[in-house]
Parts: sequence; C-alpha cells; structure tokens
Amino acid sequence: MVSFKLKDIATREERFAQGHKMCPGCGVAITVRQIMASFEEPVVIANATGCLEICSGTFPHSSWKVPWIHSAFPNAASTIAGLESMYRAKLKRGEIHKERKIKFLAFGGDGGTYDIGFQALSGAAERGHNFVYVCLDNEGYMNTGGQRSSATPPGARTTTSEVGKVLQGKQQFRKDLTRIMAAHNIPYAAQAAPSKWLDLMKKAYRAFEVEGPAFINVLCNCPTGWHADPARGLEFVQRAVDSCFWPLYEVESGVVRITYKPRKKIPVVEWFKDQGRFKHLLRPENEELLESIQVEVDRIWNQLLKDAGEEM
Amino acid sequence: MEKGTMKKTKSKSRRVFLTGDGAIAEAMRQINPHVVAAYPITPSTQVVETFARFVADGLVDTEFVVTESEHSAMSACVGAAAGGGRVMTVTGSQGLAYMFEVLGVTSGLRLPMVMAIANRALNSPLNIHGDHSDTMAMRDMGWIHLYSENGQEAYDNTVQAFRIAENPNVRTPVLVAIDGFQTSHMVETLTVETDELVKKFIGKYIPSYPMIDIDNPVLYGAADRPDYYMEHKRNQLVGMINAPEVIQQVGKEYGDLTGRYYGLVEEYRMEDAEYAIVVMSATAGSVKDVIEQLREEGVAAGLLKIRAFRPFPADEVAKSLSRTKSVAVLDRCGTGGAQGGPLFLEVRTALYEEKSPPQVINYIFGLGGRDLPLRDIKDVYLRLREIARTGKRGKLVDFLNLRE
Repeated sequence: MVSFKLKDIATREERFAQGHKMCPGCGVAITVRQIMASFEEPVVIANATGCLEICSGTFPHSSWKVPWIHSAFPNAASTIAGLESMYRAKLKRGEIHKERKIKFLAFGGDGGTYDIGFQALSGAAERGHNFVYVCLDNEGYMNTGGQRSSATPPGARTTTSEVGKVLQGKQQFRKDLTRIMAAHNIPYAAQAAPSKWLDLMKKAYRAFEVEGPAFINVLCNCPTGWHADPARGLEFVQRAVDSCFWPLYEVESGVVRITYKPRKKIPVVEWFKDQGRFKHLLRPENEELLESIQVEVDRIWNQLLKDAGEEM
Repeated sequence: MEKGTMKKTKSKSRRVFLTGDGAIAEAMRQINPHVVAAYPITPSTQVVETFARFVADGLVDTEFVVTESEHSAMSACVGAAAGGGRVMTVTGSQGLAYMFEVLGVTSGLRLPMVMAIANRALNSPLNIHGDHSDTMAMRDMGWIHLYSENGQEAYDNTVQAFRIAENPNVRTPVLVAIDGFQTSHMVETLTVETDELVKKFIGKYIPSYPMIDIDNPVLYGAADRPDYYMEHKRNQLVGMINAPEVIQQVGKEYGDLTGRYYGLVEEYRMEDAEYAIVVMSATAGSVKDVIEQLREEGVAAGLLKIRAFRPFPADEVAKSLSRTKSVAVLDRCGTGGAQGGPLFLEVRTALYEEKSPPQVINYIFGLGGRDLPLRDIKDVYLRLREIARTGKRGKLVDFLNLRE
C-alpha cells in the first residue's frame, strides 16, 4: 500500500508537473495532483478535450512526465480502451515483460464524461477494460466560457441556461452519473471531492487496485465558471459535500458505502450562497424554486442512505 | 496489370472462393494485427463476423475490441496505434461518417493503420447499397485511399496497405475500399498467398513513438496555437507527398512475389485508345467487358482505373489521357453542388496543363446500388466518339441509368 502520510505525499515525485496553465485555485489541478500522488505504478493517460488538456499540453510545453494522449472531446474512454488493448496484445505476444505492470487512466470533464463522451465511457465500462476513469466535474463546459452540462446544478446560471424575465437558470436537476456508472456493475465506482483529500486519494488508490473498469467522479470548483472567490474554492466544494448535494461514497461489488457523513447536514442554500451563478436563487421570489431543489437533494440523499443501509 | 514472372515460394498459394468481405478477413487473419477495433455495419459486417470466428478459434491472437460505435472504434484504433502496434478497423457509410472527427486525429497524429471500407451510400434516404459518397466525403481527411476492383484486389490491397501506412517516410493511415455488395458480397475465385509469404511481406512492426514504452514518455495530440498549427499540417503532408513512390515500390515488390503487380492507376487498352473512361472499383470490370466488345467493332476504347485516389496521381492521369480524344469520368457519387463529381474534378484539373487536352465529360452513376448496364457504358463510348467527331461536347455533367 502506498503511504498517505503527508510527508510521503509531499516528497513523492510529481508526475503532473508545475508550469501548467490552470487558473490559480482550480479544483481540477488540485484533484489531478491528488490522483497522481495516490499510486506509484507507471501510468498511461488519455485526456479528453477540456481545460486540463489545453492547459497541460499546448505545444511545445507539457506538464506530463508520463505518456499522455489527447484525441478529441468525446473519446477519452475509447482512446484509453485502445491503449489498454494494445498493452494486453503486446503482453500476450511477449513484446512486453509480463512483470511490467502499467496502469491506464483517463481524465474528462463533465462535458466529456456526462454528455458527449458518455457513450464511449459506458461502452468501455461494459467491455471491462482495465482502466480508471476520473471525471473532473466542475458542473459545466467551463473551458469554453461556462455553458450548461447535464452535471450543472438546478437553478445555476450558465451562458446557455440564463437568468431572465421568465427563466431562472438551469431548469433541470443533474444527472446522477456516479450511480449510472455503478449500475454498469463495474468493480469500483466512487464520488469524491478534493476538499476531502485523503478520502479522494484512498478512492483513487482503490480504483487502481481493482481489476477492471473503475470510475471516480470528483467535484471540482471552477474559479471562473462558479463566479466565486477562487481562494475559497475548496470551501465551496466542501459545502456541496456537507449539504449532501455531493455525497462522498463508493460502490464496490454492488455494496454502497458512504465514506463521509457530515456531522451536521447544512441546507443547500448554504452551498449556493457566495457563488455568483446561484445569486438569483437567493431572491425572495425564488424561494419556492430553492425549496424544490432542497426537497430533491434530500430525496436523493435519503435514497443513498437507504442503499447504504444507514439510518436516516 | 502487367504480367510478371512468378517467383518460387516454399509453399504454394491457394485458389479459393471468397466474397470480397471474406477476402479482406482472410488477409486480416494472415496479418494478425495487435488490435482490431470495429463496429459492424452493412455491407462490411461479414469482415467483422469472419474475423470474430478467427478470434474464437484462436487463429489470431489479436485483441478484438467490439466497440459500441464507430466513433469509439476509430478512437480505440487511435489509442492502440499510439500504443505502438499494428491496428486495423472496418466500416463504411454511416459508420465512416460517425468516425469523421477521429479520422483527422489519426492522420494528424501520423498513426499508421489500415481501414477496410465496403463503400455504401449515405443517408438520407437510407440505403445500404454501394456508392462512393462515404469515402468521397472524407477524401481530404489525410488518409491514403486505395480502391479495389474485385475480391482479389481487396485481398492484395489490404496486405500492401500495411506496408504503405507503416513506411517511415509515409506514416499515414490507409483505407482499402471495395464496392458494397458488388464486391463485398460477390463470391469470386481468387488467389490467397501463404501465411508465411504475407507475414514476411509485411514484416515485424516497428513502432515509432510507442506510448506503452513508459520509460520514454511521449505526448500525443498537443494543442497548437496559430504559431505552430500550419507548420505541423505542412509536415503531415510530407507523408502524402512521399506516398506515391512507396505505393509503387510496394506494388512492385508484391508483384515480384505473387505475379500481381500494382501501381497508382491501371491502364486497360490505353496504348492506342481514342476514347477513355475513368472509373474506380468494381465498375472497371464492366467497362473492360464493354471495351472488348467495342474493340471488335473497331472502336478504340480504353479504361483508366484509379487505384490510389489519395494522393491523386495527377501526372499518371494526365500522361495516360493526353493521348486520347475524349474522356468520360464516371463518378459513383453526387456533385453536392460542385462542378461535377469528385473524380471528375480531379481528372479535369490534372489535364489543365496539357497542350491539347481531350474533351472531358462527367457521368454520375450507380448511386445507392443502382445498376449500370453494359449498354449504358457502351453508349458513353459512342457519345465520346461523337464528341471527338463533331468537336461538340454537349452536357458537361449527366446521369447514367436515371429515370427522368
């Protein structure tokens, strides 16, 4: 088992190096560093189009000290599936030493994972490739200026779910992708947040440990798209966790386990406040809308508690 | 094809009955790629199905990835090829259209791979039968295009395609096309070389920058700003510029081993032809039959068959056709609002610099599997003779066997 002592993590070789162009305070960059520090085996990475890809691989610079490929927006999962297949083909033919263990990792944002890349991910999961897929969910198409995705929270203002005279931000709830991936009956699926870094790193470790597809959905604050103070990014992420809008849990072999239960569950409005994208929801005329979001968050949380066999 | 002297090999080639799809699958078995990622689509499904049987019987040790879509099939091919091994896929029509965005990734990353295509019409209206609108729609995606007249050529082209794609001076993906149903489902007698010959001919795969070599990390697919993009696209073109020489070298080497020689184009009775048809794939067979009839009637008819459509063999085309009086280019693809079909545009442009070029007309034929009767081909030659006699070209672009 890899050590999760702070001293060891801090002195472990950085495979995602400094010099990338992610925004200061970006939850994605923090998450990627945590993921990369949670295992020691050699790794090959496929990256969907998005902030991480653009900011870490613009010619002639690269932040990656490991083999890395970017192909297009919707196909990180199928690209890593091809790589993993080539690895197995070469193992079978003795072109790689059988002791040479390589891990396969794909990164995608919520756009490249929940939406345009969902089919490729579902297919790769069903086929059972041995890979870890990490969704860096910042709740919108933030690389292109902040458009809605199916991960965008209800009521959030984005450039394609505007707030106006008749509409108050996104009209729909969010897709529960973690549960959908767990429903593929893959060995491991989990939901995590960089504000609970040890929980996240242990999940990443477990994801690499299991044989077969593993999926981790990580809520990442977006310094620009959330219209909130970047210095407080992880605080906002933690509020999503503490409001149970973003519960931390894992599903292994069908068993649901909640890995962090807030001592005091905060109202969802606590997670919304201080973020510009939710500002309109705090207006008195949107009280009903806010209430309906709270009801839905509670319903989903209670269902999760039930599935995990825990007391409500 | 010129006749060559057959070199003696240790074991004998076989004469077999196979469909065009079966011929491609047989080549795939002998090539035994590291990874085949594919999604079945009519009329190339039999290739995937036949290969699946080879996998099930352990006749190949390929990692066979049956994806959930063609987009994922081509994406998996990109990942696999970047990994550092031999890769192949099969598709056509809607499947090829669905792959579209990844086709440019493949050629842009200079990943050598081979894609077999059973050409088929594009929606709408839905039509599962043969025409070239699918590959013509992606003709400028940076892939080398080889078109096959029959099952034998499908087999031979598939084997040669790997050598062309993997040549260090080319490193460009190659597609091998056959006509949907006319070739894909037609059972023909053809020669299959021995496994040893094919293995020796394609040789051991030598990867250039394998991602699986984790001790030497490489980055594939960087983003380019305007300060680098153009230089990279220019560099990519070098592979295409080098390709004609390599295609011909490989065709000659293959001919020396098998007796079946290949070049960029095939000339049939062109040495003294006054009237020529330019066409690709299965229709060339019908045209050859008509030429034989017409020759008996004293009409100097000839055929220029294009094997390599990309890169387009403009010099060979100009040289071959400049001796003729009139030319009809048969496009199995609509014009889409252009001045003619894609093949016509290429041929006409190739002749522009000639001192006294022949008159060139264009026919659209065979869309969605529409038959092209021999009498229609004969009428084309008779019209070409009339154009040469009167000097009056008439309609530039017309349809063959269309109800109006």
